[in-house]
Amino acid sequence: MTPTASRALPAPTTEQPATRAALVVLTIVLLAVLLLLPLIVVFAQAFSRGLGAVLAALRDPDAWAAIRLTLSVAAVTVPLNTACGVAGAWCIGRFRFPGRSLLITLIELPFSVSPVISGLVWVLLFGANGWLGPALDRAGIRIVFAFPGLILATLFVTFPFVARTLIPLMQEQGVAEEEAAITLGATFWQTFWRVTLPNIRWALLYGVLLCNARAMGEFGAVAVVSGHIRGQTMTMPLQVEALFNDYDWVGAFTIAALLSLLALATLVMKAVLEWRIGRPGGGPLL
Amino acid sequence: MADRAARRRPPAVTVEVRGLRKSFGRVAALDDVSLAVGDGEFIALLGPSGSGKTSLLRMLAGLESPDAGQIVFNGQAMNGVPARKRGIGFVFQSYALFRHMTVARNVAFGLAVQPRAQRPAPAEIARRVQSLLDLMEIGDLAARYPDQISGGQRQRVALARALATEPRLLLLDEPFGALDAKVRKHLRIWLRGLHDRLGLTSIFVTHDQGEAMEMADRVAVMRAGRIEQVDTPDRLYAHPANAFVHEFLGESIRFDCVVQDGIARIAEVPLARIATECSPGPALALIRPHDIDILPSPGPARVTGVRTAGATRHVGVAIGAKVFDIVQPMSAWTPMVGESYELGMLRVQVYLSGDDGDQASEDMSAI
Repeated sequence: MTPTASRALPAPTTEQPATRAALVVLTIVLLAVLLLLPLIVVFAQAFSRGLGAVLAALRDPDAWAAIRLTLSVAAVTVPLNTACGVAGAWCIGRFRFPGRSLLITLIELPFSVSPVISGLVWVLLFGANGWLGPALDRAGIRIVFAFPGLILATLFVTFPFVARTLIPLMQEQGVAEEEAAITLGATFWQTFWRVTLPNIRWALLYGVLLCNARAMGEFGAVAVVSGHIRGQTMTMPLQVEALFNDYDWVGAFTIAALLSLLALATLVMKAVLEWRIGRPGGGPLL
Repeated sequence: MADRAARRRPPAVTVEVRGLRKSFGRVAALDDVSLAVGDGEFIALLGPSGSGKTSLLRMLAGLESPDAGQIVFNGQAMNGVPARKRGIGFVFQSYALFRHMTVARNVAFGLAVQPRAQRPAPAEIARRVQSLLDLMEIGDLAARYPDQISGGQRQRVALARALATEPRLLLLDEPFGALDAKVRKHLRIWLRGLHDRLGLTSIFVTHDQGEAMEMADRVAVMRAGRIEQVDTPDRLYAHPANAFVHEFLGESIRFDCVVQDGIARIAEVPLARIATECSPGPALALIRPHDIDILPSPGPARVTGVRTAGATRHVGVAIGAKVFDIVQPMSAWTPMVGESYELGMLRVQVYLSGDDGDQASEDMSAI
């Protein structure tokens, strides 16, 4: 083809330079308004009365209680959902059994259910007027408006993350390597620790990260089962709302800023993991 | 080095399979399969896809369990013995190398997972891995990852890994399936040599009849979950048990024929009279392309083309609606294109119609 001909025929996907520039600018402006601006507002509001006010807000015992509670909830739910997610993905990825597609649907159910409902079911089950409430009450066990309720609600909402990340990968990888390990004399657990887990490590970490972010940031489901007892059943997102309603701007936005930092850290780690998952073999873990 | 490895090894195993059955849903993957493999034999399971050959191999390995029947190694029943305790080496079709381990760690795996009491010391494992890699002629690849080496090299790593635990029985699933023709040819010869040097019993699955005939001591031809015939490559080629085996093992030309009074007659070649023990009625006559002669006398076969292919000459022939190639030696006379000649049938196999033809008779034809 002659140079003239190639200049006369631009690639079909090429837009006019002006159109291209306009689209790029529009995207950047939208991103700035929708994502960056709120983030800046959060930090600006938190620091509106200086660093001292922020530190004072953090020293507030209720704020501390909220942070501790959020970390505790995540510390319980994330490992539980990681174990369940790996087991579920392993079953689904490795075996064909009756009810397999039903299991996939069930695992994804929390994604399609409103978080409020996810909280409400526990109240209906374990609340004072719920099915099991009176019996539990007599036994002196409190679930709703207490730590166990927060755990249940968070478990439900964050259940799909690990399994959903692992299922496609494990299906794609197939069983051949595990079968090879078995013919070489490996036991079930040797196969799991030496072959299965290393092959899914990056995707697993990615799923755990998403699970953790959601566990710490969940609002709706937790709001329903929490009962809003300050210093006892208030997680960080709930505490933000409570302080905001009290017109305590600095207090509310200080905790909001903490949550935002968590989100930013998650984002960075997510980017790193995506980059590693994309690489063959994924490289060494540490 | 290889000799030392061979001496250290316990003797190879005999394998016996009796009445093995397996079905997936309504499909019978294996239908009453029996097979005996001798000590040190190299056996090919040959068949089209879906014939059950891989199922049989996986059952020998313990990766699948039969619905009925017995698997016996050296007189010991293997039913219920888990795969990891069967002492076999298995080479997977796609190699199934551990992608996150180096070649050396892949090969060391079988030794590293042994119970502490049996496990060799790390230095001993390293030494054995290196000597295996040297035996496979890939000693310099120890530190590479599977995705950094070629297909043929992966194949050798897979073999080294399977041999590291010194199995008595080596099972290979389409070992050359993923390789290009040239590498494949080289590896065939090499693998057969390795089998002989190490004194193993080996069973390999393939759908490539050339591969099976070239490498194996005996070939088991499978179809639809059954073993149709087990024999040495020579006998298999010369005396196929039925039409399926005949056609699967090489080029065949197929004629419908009718058997009467112990003679099979082919409508298209009226002069051919084939003596047969086949029962009277419609039957199939199968002929290899080099077992037909073109005679220098006028007849029903019109020559449509003549091609030279190395040491042989291919003569395109049409009889009625049938078109096929005859293979002649170069020393034979050259027929003229467009002329019609008589055909001579040197070696014809007659089978009962219905393709399966369990009852077969093989006969020389009288012209």
